[in-house]
Amino acid sequence: MNLLKLLLCLAGLCLCSCANVKPWERGHLASYLMRGDRDPLTGSISEHVWFTREAFAGGRGVGGGGCGCN
Amino acid sequence: MKRRPFIQRSIAATISAIAVGISPSLFAAWKENAMMPALSGFGLEGVIPKTNGKVVYLDFLASWCAPCKASFPVLSTWHNKYSSKGFMVLGVNVDDDAAAMQAFLKKNNPGFPSVRDAQHKLVAAADVKTMPTSFLIDRKGVIRAVHNGFHPKDEAALSAKIESLLAES
Repeated sequence: MNLLKLLLCLAGLCLCSCANVKPWERGHLASYLMRGDRDPLTGSISEHVWFTREAFAGGRGVGGGGCGCN
Repeated sequence: MKRRPFIQRSIAATISAIAVGISPSLFAAWKENAMMPALSGFGLEGVIPKTNGKVVYLDFLASWCAPCKASFPVLSTWHNKYSSKGFMVLGVNVDDDAAAMQAFLKKNNPGFPSVRDAQHKLVAAADVKTMPTSFLIDRKGVIRAVHNGFHPKDEAALSAKIESLLAES
C-alpha cells in the first residue's frame, strides 16, 4: 500500500507540469526580456561562439541547418 | 462508518478535481446568440458604464498584447463615430500589473471606457481563446458576434456588423 501511495504521489507530481497557460496569462511570456534576439551584440557573440565551436555559420535565423548541403 | 479504501478515495478526488477544472469552460462560455451576463458580479476594477439599450463592443485586451495595441485606433474611431447612435466600446484589461495597464492607457489614450479584470474572473467566464477577443453585443444584450484576434483587414467587416446592429431597433 505504501508503494501505491508513493506511486500516486509521483504521478501527482508529474501531473503538476501539465498546467495550461491561459491566453490572458501570457504577459510574462510576451515580455521583451523573453526574446532571444533582444540584444544584437549578444546575438552576434553567440553566433561567433557557435561558428567557432560547431564550425557552422548562419545556422540560426536563415534557411538550412548549417550543414553546408543546401 | 467504514472508510473507503485509499485507492477509491484517490480516484474520486481525481475525478472531482478534473470535473471542477472542466466545468467552467463547458458551461460558462460566451457564445453567439447567448445573453451577455451582468458585468457587476465579476469583481471588475473601475466604473462599469451603463450598457442598457446600447450596441457594445466588449474587448478583452492587455498591455503586452501587440494586436490589442494595433486595434486601439480602430476601436477609438468606432467609439467616436457611432457613440451618438447608441454604440460603445468597452475595454476589459486583463493585465496583472495595474501600473502597466495605466501606462498603456495613458500612452495609447483610447477614448473609450475600460475596466480591469484583475482577478481574471470575467475573462475566464468568457473562455477567451486568444488575445484580443471581442464580443459584439446588440441592444437587447445578446452576443451577436465573437471575434478572435485583430488584424486591420478585419475593420471593414466589423464596421458592417456594427452598423447592421445599430440599424436594428
